[in-house]
Amino acid sequence: MLIKKSDGILSSEITPKDLYLNRRKFLAGASMTAVAAGIGIKELLSPSARAAATEKIEGLQKSPLSTNERITPINTVTHYNNYYEFSTEKEEPAGLAKDFRTRPWTVTIDGHVPKKQKLDIDSLIKFAPPEERIYRLRCVEGWSIVVPWIGFSLSELIKRVQPLGKAKYVQFTSIYDPGQMPGQRRQVLDWPYVEGLRMDEAMHPLTLVCFGMYGETLANQDGAPLRIIVPWKYGFKSAKGIVKISFVEHEPMTTWNIANPHDFGFYSNVNPNVERYHSQAYERRLGEFRPRPTLLFNGYDQVSSLYSGMDLAKNY
Amino acid sequence: MIRVLKPIVFLACLVPFGVLLYQFFGLHPTDMTTWGAGLGANPVEALEHGTGDWVLRFLLITLAITPLRQLLRIPSLIRFRRMFGLFAFFYACLHFATYLGLDKFLNVHEILADVVKRKYITVGFAAFVLLVPLAFTSTAGWIRRLGGKRWRALHRLIYASAIAGVIHYLWLVKADIRKPLIYGAILAVLLAYRLFVWLRPKLLPDRVSSGRLTAPTT
Repeated sequence: MLIKKSDGILSSEITPKDLYLNRRKFLAGASMTAVAAGIGIKELLSPSARAAATEKIEGLQKSPLSTNERITPINTVTHYNNYYEFSTEKEEPAGLAKDFRTRPWTVTIDGHVPKKQKLDIDSLIKFAPPEERIYRLRCVEGWSIVVPWIGFSLSELIKRVQPLGKAKYVQFTSIYDPGQMPGQRRQVLDWPYVEGLRMDEAMHPLTLVCFGMYGETLANQDGAPLRIIVPWKYGFKSAKGIVKISFVEHEPMTTWNIANPHDFGFYSNVNPNVERYHSQAYERRLGEFRPRPTLLFNGYDQVSSLYSGMDLAKNY
Repeated sequence: MIRVLKPIVFLACLVPFGVLLYQFFGLHPTDMTTWGAGLGANPVEALEHGTGDWVLRFLLITLAITPLRQLLRIPSLIRFRRMFGLFAFFYACLHFATYLGLDKFLNVHEILADVVKRKYITVGFAAFVLLVPLAFTSTAGWIRRLGGKRWRALHRLIYASAIAGVIHYLWLVKADIRKPLIYGAILAVLLAYRLFVWLRPKLLPDRVSSGRLTAPTT
């Protein structure tokens, strides 16, 4: 890997965008066969599968909210995806999402807002300067990754649309398009995918409106063109392919909670001490051999004040 | 004919293991940093799922021998049944070892907590434990020691193990129950056949079942 482990958050420590982009040239080069054999992933032989839909994002700012941990290789993050809209097999969304149309794309803002509107995504992503946020993402299944996401705090969007006092929660609705998304042709989950946050969770600076990764726009299989990243909660809370953001009064009915209310709660904060779905005390950082202990709130202690006084075992 | 087929079938049964080994060690077996890479982003999960699939498949193949030999009237198929059963146990051991060693990294406290608290692990553990006495007593020597009737009774535990294995799979998936249901459906057919054969003389005592093969079914 080109990224070294370091202790301080120095901007010089973070891999420049160039090196990431040059990896594509490296892969397409003569050593491709050896690399493919070593890594053993067929998709490497057609880097265009990933390159086709993504564009460089200029003017990225660094963020103090980023971690300095080793970043997961992009090929892992683009070839191991829980995106049931496409497939329940993790290696399949990469191929199935190849021709997914991310333009034109509108995001409806509705609910308790002074003005209901349909925003074109290209104006939405300009609401604030793009930042690189290197976040940990922890799946409820017990694996985790570190990804350099690109976006801005959801609070920037919320401040712009000025929700009314009645709005206590933010609800995200994802795209429903069985024509493009074969997984939606059967009801493995109740489509469309719905997620939600309490208003204070949504306003927290960590919560990210995300439209890019690794210096480029999002890969289709990772939720292009727009997703949300909530790094202190299990990965399924970080909804992909968002088409509607609603400001609502009551706690939204979220898709995984509907599918399995015992295992998947509304809050779903990463918590080694609360075990509803499988044991959560340890996790496997993809690329690492040994399991590592799971941290409360995925290590993002700055959110603990949101839950002071709350019984996290009851509000799982 | 069997003498020629048996080693070939034996080698065929080892192919899934060979493929997993190859994918794990890749083309650079001496370079530890590439180990597991051929299995994708999460090699431990791929090994667990890969070996788990083959436990169920070999259990179903084993359970299919008796119906097939009766319906197709090929009694010599019985000669393969023990081999398939032992391969189910072999893949079960690999599956269990992957879970204990690679997934849980031999963390005994975590493993015990899993077996007690996570019902899909409890039932999976039970499915494995049920196979142990069957593997142990799989030889002709043990059939003699126990006597045919007791040996057959003991080996009916495979029904419980296969059912527990399907439930283990069903309880472990998050939402997509298609594959566990397919295994379950095949298992249901194989068990229904045995139930039918067992019930038929009781329900239709006048009918003398002709063409039934010598040994009673287990």
